[in-house]
Amino acid sequence: MDRLLFLLATGLARGAVFALFALSLVLIWRAARIVNFAQGAMAVTAAYVAFAVTALTGSYWVGLASGLAAAALLGLAVERGVMRFASHASPLSGVIIAIGLVMVLQSLLGMLAGQTVRPMAAPFDESPIVVGGVPILSPYDAFVLVVALAVMAGLALLFGRTSLGLQLRAAAFAPEVSRLLGVRAARMTTIGWMLSAAVAALAALLLIPTELGLNPHSTDVLFVYAFAVAVVGGLDSPAGALVGGLVVGVAMSLVTGYLGATVAPIAVLVLLVGVLLVRPGGIFSAREARTA
Amino acid sequence: MSTRRFLLTAAGLTVLAIAGTFLLDPYRNYQLAVIAATFCAAAGLTLLIGVSGQLSLGHAALMAAGGYGYALAANALTDAGVDGVPRFLLAFLAALAASGMLGLLLGLAAARLSGPYLAGVTLALVVALPAFAAVFGGVLGGDQGLQIAFDGVPAPLRMLVALEQWQAWVAILVTAVVVTGIAAIRRGGAGLKMRAIAADRTAARLSGVRAGRVQVGAFTASALAAGAGGAILCFVTQSVSPGGYTLAFSLLLVVAVVVGGLGSIGGAAVGSAIVVLLPWLIGTLTGALDLPAEIEQRLAGNLGVFVFGVLLIVVMAARPGGLAAAVPVSWRRRGRRAPASVAPEPEVVDVDALPHHPTATSETER
Amino acid sequence: MAQHRPRILRAALAVVGAGALVAGAAGCSTPAVTGAAAVPGVGDDVITIGSHQPLTGPAAAGYSSISAATSAYFDYVNDHGGINGRTIEYLVEDDGYNPANTQTVVRKLVQEDEVFAILNGLGTATHTSVLDYLNQQEVPDLFVASGSTNWNQPEEYPWTYGFNADYVVEGAALAQHALDTQPDAVVCLLGQDDDFGDEFIEGAELVLGEGGLAAVERYSVSNQDVAAQIGALQAAGCEINLLATVNGFSALALGTAAKLGWFPQWYASSSGGDYPTLIGYLGEDLGPKLLQGFTSTNYLPMEGDAWVDLFRTINDEYNGGAPFDGNTIYGMSVGYLFAEALAKAGDDPTRQSLVDAVSSGDLVGNGVLPLAFGADSHAAFHGVGITTVDQGVQSYTDSAYVLEGDTVESVELDPVPLEGEGIPTAD
Repeated sequence: MDRLLFLLATGLARGAVFALFALSLVLIWRAARIVNFAQGAMAVTAAYVAFAVTALTGSYWVGLASGLAAAALLGLAVERGVMRFASHASPLSGVIIAIGLVMVLQSLLGMLAGQTVRPMAAPFDESPIVVGGVPILSPYDAFVLVVALAVMAGLALLFGRTSLGLQLRAAAFAPEVSRLLGVRAARMTTIGWMLSAAVAALAALLLIPTELGLNPHSTDVLFVYAFAVAVVGGLDSPAGALVGGLVVGVAMSLVTGYLGATVAPIAVLVLLVGVLLVRPGGIFSAREARTA
Repeated sequence: MSTRRFLLTAAGLTVLAIAGTFLLDPYRNYQLAVIAATFCAAAGLTLLIGVSGQLSLGHAALMAAGGYGYALAANALTDAGVDGVPRFLLAFLAALAASGMLGLLLGLAAARLSGPYLAGVTLALVVALPAFAAVFGGVLGGDQGLQIAFDGVPAPLRMLVALEQWQAWVAILVTAVVVTGIAAIRRGGAGLKMRAIAADRTAARLSGVRAGRVQVGAFTASALAAGAGGAILCFVTQSVSPGGYTLAFSLLLVVAVVVGGLGSIGGAAVGSAIVVLLPWLIGTLTGALDLPAEIEQRLAGNLGVFVFGVLLIVVMAARPGGLAAAVPVSWRRRGRRAPASVAPEPEVVDVDALPHHPTATSETER
Repeated sequence: MAQHRPRILRAALAVVGAGALVAGAAGCSTPAVTGAAAVPGVGDDVITIGSHQPLTGPAAAGYSSISAATSAYFDYVNDHGGINGRTIEYLVEDDGYNPANTQTVVRKLVQEDEVFAILNGLGTATHTSVLDYLNQQEVPDLFVASGSTNWNQPEEYPWTYGFNADYVVEGAALAQHALDTQPDAVVCLLGQDDDFGDEFIEGAELVLGEGGLAAVERYSVSNQDVAAQIGALQAAGCEINLLATVNGFSALALGTAAKLGWFPQWYASSSGGDYPTLIGYLGEDLGPKLLQGFTSTNYLPMEGDAWVDLFRTINDEYNGGAPFDGNTIYGMSVGYLFAEALAKAGDDPTRQSLVDAVSSGDLVGNGVLPLAFGADSHAAFHGVGITTVDQGVQSYTDSAYVLEGDTVESVELDPVPLEGEGIPTAD
């Protein structure tokens, strides 16, 4: 029982990070109808900026802020500079361009910063609070959970309650009509990209201190897990990303704990295929199964 | 082109390639064999992406399935005392069976998914490959993979050809057969149906095409080709291991297919040669520049990946006309779809030359 | 359709053209009927050897410094006149830790660069993929950089020789050390989910008996979250944890346990027990505290030895003062051992005379235990010394163990003293 509780607790914080990253995929999907396969590479690039600034100023928070700003700028650059050329008629070309982007960003990082793993320090104590003999959450885990939930709540408010949010949604769902109604659809798409890139970078920056450290490939696995999360929750559903993230995080922790670490990637694959075959639109998708 | 001329072209190119091996030293012949294996997989992939409109990021896993099938069968046959040509042929069939089965399963899933979903599932598959090798370590040999018995040059040829040249011959012959098969599918009725579905699934189904079945068929055919490629690599290197079939290699296959022109068999050949030779050329180049060790180390490997990435983006972005034609219409947004006439050779069609208007997406010959 | 054929033909021509270009400097493939007995890679005043190393890719972190150190040592030797009048040219090819690349670059080294020998090829999975090839081609395959037992098969692979003390030896030695010093402790193990972990467990169970490990957890390099495994070890009440881990995962294991407020004893393989590297991962603040009392194995000279002082000088002078850690010592020790083998292979070395020199049992190397090479042993070390960290200094304890057959024996350390300038001679 203690073991189960421990595994649930460790899975939760990681799940929150998966959820956050998955949310960034949902954002971009809603804004541009693209699954951005370069999201992980963009996030790790921003993390390098954060790392450099932290090293320069000595402040984690300045580094974090610069990382998020860099991510937003990168989102802007990618949307305006590269994705603009993707044929709007076909997601295929967007996916392939994104893969090209992954290769470019990761190889540039490899050339500029090398392959060495650079440890990143967490801003909080990472030793967990022990409840009844079971270590539950560390202050850092709590920080991750709070940040993740706050960002999600903030985005829900943005989309649900503000005029900008309404315009963003309108531009994504009916670009022609909203353009006729005076919404700057292109600008909205760009804002969607910037927002999404910043959220992804935040997720990466929260995750990396709990792992070995920063490396051009730090987010490879995160992307695969987050993609699974987004699919499980439904690419259209922010709430789905949250629940999906927690489900996948806890499931991975349980699989690792009871079946062994080796099995985890297979479990992700099984989960992904299973959900897609039963509910191709994701568990939380309200609409009819979407195939593209 | 008539079937006869088609087959003659195929045979001619094969003879040309085999003659070419006499000009090459052993290391170049080894590279040629690797190019041939890559070409096998790329030809299958170009059929899948360019013609049937399904994107797979996990074709390396299908090659690995072929490689493991070949190695397992070859080892079993060696234990049973079979060797030489019978062993090669039987093991090769096992490779096709393994990759074909996996391809069929994936295809069944793929027929229900498409677009980015399929890309994501295949991505997760290739990422999970080392886990499969470890979990079934007793059979698949874990991280180190499997080693197979050495197949030397057959006795009658020993005075004539070196080992690497012989391996290149085998690779070229297998590739010739496989690629001819893929090309035949592409130009035949099945290819027409694939294009029809890629262009407009609903319209195709209304005209009696069994869409699901065709998509599964396309996936299986492309998996067989990939498996053949994996079997060649296993034959040439006498080993197969998960480390050789990484996500990075999978993406290189996509590069090979895109750079050469989606849907084009010749393009896949050129693309395969590029992805095999470019890293080596860049390595030779940076080696010759006499750079400081530190810089050379950082450029090695990375520079090749960088060039491939740029190539992918530039080809997709700057030549949308040539490529968008091969991009299936079914992936275009709902509501933007218009009944498209099915052109026999969509790769010469230029969609992007037309204004992006919902109803103007009909295709015309260039 | 008509437009189609020229496309294919053009493509085909392009391929053939590319092939012809590639052929460029190429000779003919047909087996040459030359009787000339020129030894590949041996020139009048230079010997060319090669290696495959992970210089790029996700798995490369922390390994690229080894070949740089070996190269620096060879530069030092070359500046002092080389070996038997020949300088050593060391060609290092990047394989990105990918067996498919290893096969390509090793063929390039053997066929195109015509190296005399392959030295210190790194990695179990990578090097296993060229083991058959190198032995078929009868290329000396010296001092493989991995602790797998694969390299010590003189019957099957007469041209291959290992360098690291193998994982079975390390697992057995650490388990024996645990048993000798704390007979009642609960001993557990965290291991990589490949041959590294398997062979290490095999060694530990030789000593502790089947089921002698109270808990065994495995990790996968693709997943950097080891909380579940560490949690299980903690729950099992482990007091000593044997680690069959690479440096990064040793650090993760210690760090994760510390986060859980758990501070057991750690006994790590030499592959995951290098103090400076671990400090790099754990940080200057936390690292020294967590690593106090950290136990590991080693078989090469450590800080404070004359060898290390020499290597440090070489590192400053020939390696641009790169960070000096266990990898540097390892790389230079490999270089020294190769130079010694070459020196004893005669004035006009052949591939056969090189492996004969290794098999003769006359090499002494620079380790802390006698080399085990001989006619029926292709392993460099059958034993290891136990090291521990005290106040930020990692050094040998008095314990050392040798695995003979299935039994572990306690032995005395027997370090080879540095003679002259660290450049081997023929006698």
